[in-house]
Amino acid sequence: MAEAALKTVPLDRARALQWLQRYGVYAGVALLLVVNIVITPHFLSAENFRTQAVQVAPVIIVALGMALVIGTEGVDLSVGAVMALAASVTALYLGYGLVPALLVVALFAAGAGLANGALVALVGVQPIVATLALMVGGRGLALVLLPQLKDLRNPQLASLGSGDVLGIPYLILIAAVLALLVAFTVRRTTFGRQLLAIGDSRPAAQLAGLPVRRVLIVVYVVSALLAAVAGVLATARLQASDPTSLGNLMELSAITAVVVGGTPLTGGRVNIAGTVAGAVLIQLLTATLIKHDLPPSWTQIAQAVVIVAAVYAARGRGKR
Amino acid sequence: MTVTKTQAPVSVDEGKRAAGAEPVGSARSERLSALVQQHGALAVLVIVSLVATFSFDSFATGDNVSNMATSSAFLAIVALGMTFVIITGGIDLSVGSLFALGGVLAAWGSRHGTLVALLLPLVVCGAVGVVNGLLVARSRLAPFIVTLAAMLGARGLMLAITDEGANTYLIGKGSFLAELGQGTTLGLGNPVWIMLALFVAGAVVLRRTRFGQHVYAVGGNEDAAALMGAPVARTKILVYTLSGVLAGLAGALNAAWLASGVTILGNGMELEAISAVVIGGTLLTGGLGYVSGSLVGVLLLKVIQNVINQIGSLDSSYQQVVSGAFLAVVVVAQTWLGRRRQLM
Repeated sequence: MAEAALKTVPLDRARALQWLQRYGVYAGVALLLVVNIVITPHFLSAENFRTQAVQVAPVIIVALGMALVIGTEGVDLSVGAVMALAASVTALYLGYGLVPALLVVALFAAGAGLANGALVALVGVQPIVATLALMVGGRGLALVLLPQLKDLRNPQLASLGSGDVLGIPYLILIAAVLALLVAFTVRRTTFGRQLLAIGDSRPAAQLAGLPVRRVLIVVYVVSALLAAVAGVLATARLQASDPTSLGNLMELSAITAVVVGGTPLTGGRVNIAGTVAGAVLIQLLTATLIKHDLPPSWTQIAQAVVIVAAVYAARGRGKR
Repeated sequence: MTVTKTQAPVSVDEGKRAAGAEPVGSARSERLSALVQQHGALAVLVIVSLVATFSFDSFATGDNVSNMATSSAFLAIVALGMTFVIITGGIDLSVGSLFALGGVLAAWGSRHGTLVALLLPLVVCGAVGVVNGLLVARSRLAPFIVTLAAMLGARGLMLAITDEGANTYLIGKGSFLAELGQGTTLGLGNPVWIMLALFVAGAVVLRRTRFGQHVYAVGGNEDAAALMGAPVARTKILVYTLSGVLAGLAGALNAAWLASGVTILGNGMELEAISAVVIGGTLLTGGLGYVSGSLVGVLLLKVIQNVINQIGSLDSSYQQVVSGAFLAVVVVAQTWLGRRRQLM
């Protein structure tokens, strides 16, 4: 359909589509900001911005890992389950202090990522299926370890969740630092280059002598570790460990943020700034609907429409 | 598209080894791997059932078996639709939401007569399936993301009908719908008979009709199927529609069985259905699969669940851990068997 249209109106359509694909997400964020400033009362308060930013931080952190995985032409459906796993392990080991608990969480997450990566890189299973197994089993394991919601009373954890530096909450700072780190890795390091090459064409990368298996495994481990960070931060903010519902549908939010932000599902390209903007876009959209008293049902339907529209708009990119 | 094109490259010396393999031995091992692929789940099911029969007095009783059969019926109907989708190389993550939506619609519609109660879920869930199919086949979007969005949208629709989940519609006692869900024929619940009839029909359609051959052809190699003149887009739209209709039907039957449209059901059902289909020997890469295997996969999941419940001291979350581990093992085995077969 798009191709047929391209022939009749060659330059304008193509250029508009390209512009939309590259800057559409920022335009969307700007549009939502303007609309909200006009129609939503008390939108322009520092308190509101702070709330929105704190809510979106875990999504951004998970989406960073997802962007890397999608850059290798994969997908990681297990991120929500890893978040839940991180929450229950935190609750179990918090008695030994925050740092030991975090180390154990990192160990569990690395194990989960290693399992995903080994299935994808060594066995050659499709990423969807490999991570699906952990999506099913991971949440089950989280619930086995901690069957129900548990309040956590740890001053260090509480300050991690609600403390701030110069008025900026730790959550936002951590998300920002991680985003810069991941963006740097993708753009400026050998590892980032190898990752994109594998996403472009795995056989070609293999023939070129790149360490395909190692890179893939590391990517899935990084994704799981980032999901675990998000799980710990969300737990810290709640001051409770909730393995039943923490991270539910997180894989969908993260994939949406990545795709809306202009990273094609076909791999070979990663847009970190766009991913962050994509997460912000979804957050603003949900917040707008909620602030105007639309019920959750309509919020979900609207989200579904936005996802499909974003993937539809992004579809031209994959073919180049 | 992510779903269709991930195949590990074959290294050079693996290829050499395969070329030098003895023809007799390779034929035998190929037959063996096909046998494991097709009947491995059945063998495990028989073993697990036998062990459970000897370990728990209450396992092989008529009541327990009939309960297991009825509770398997709903998942089995969903898995039947999923089998078709997966054989075309796709995936349908919206079935859990459609299951819940179908149940709520059936209960809501039962106030307007049996016909409405039965048709409404099928039509609405079928329509969602058509949209899925159109987006996958015509717009060429990745199936998992389209159906993930549909999962969200269908759940939103379900919440909108039930006043954000606050309202549970009931199905009147003695109505035809209630009889369909709760009644028994020859000692087995009516849903079980419906499920069995659907599986027989599904097997015939898949094996003996042109549409069935197209399903395999599209999953085997989409480009080749298109070049041979198979209607690729139409086949894909049909399988997603079928999956939607069957998920809606399963939800409606489940609501009839429970006598109410419960809104919190169906969470994670897509994962159970996919697990069952894969365990049953259907390849997630498409092109190869068995309807009967999916039924065995469902029964295996339900028997394991039943055993975990019988043990009692184990939390029901273990079910998920076992399913996940089982899924991983089966997928690894499939990939391994598949690669060997390819080399021959």
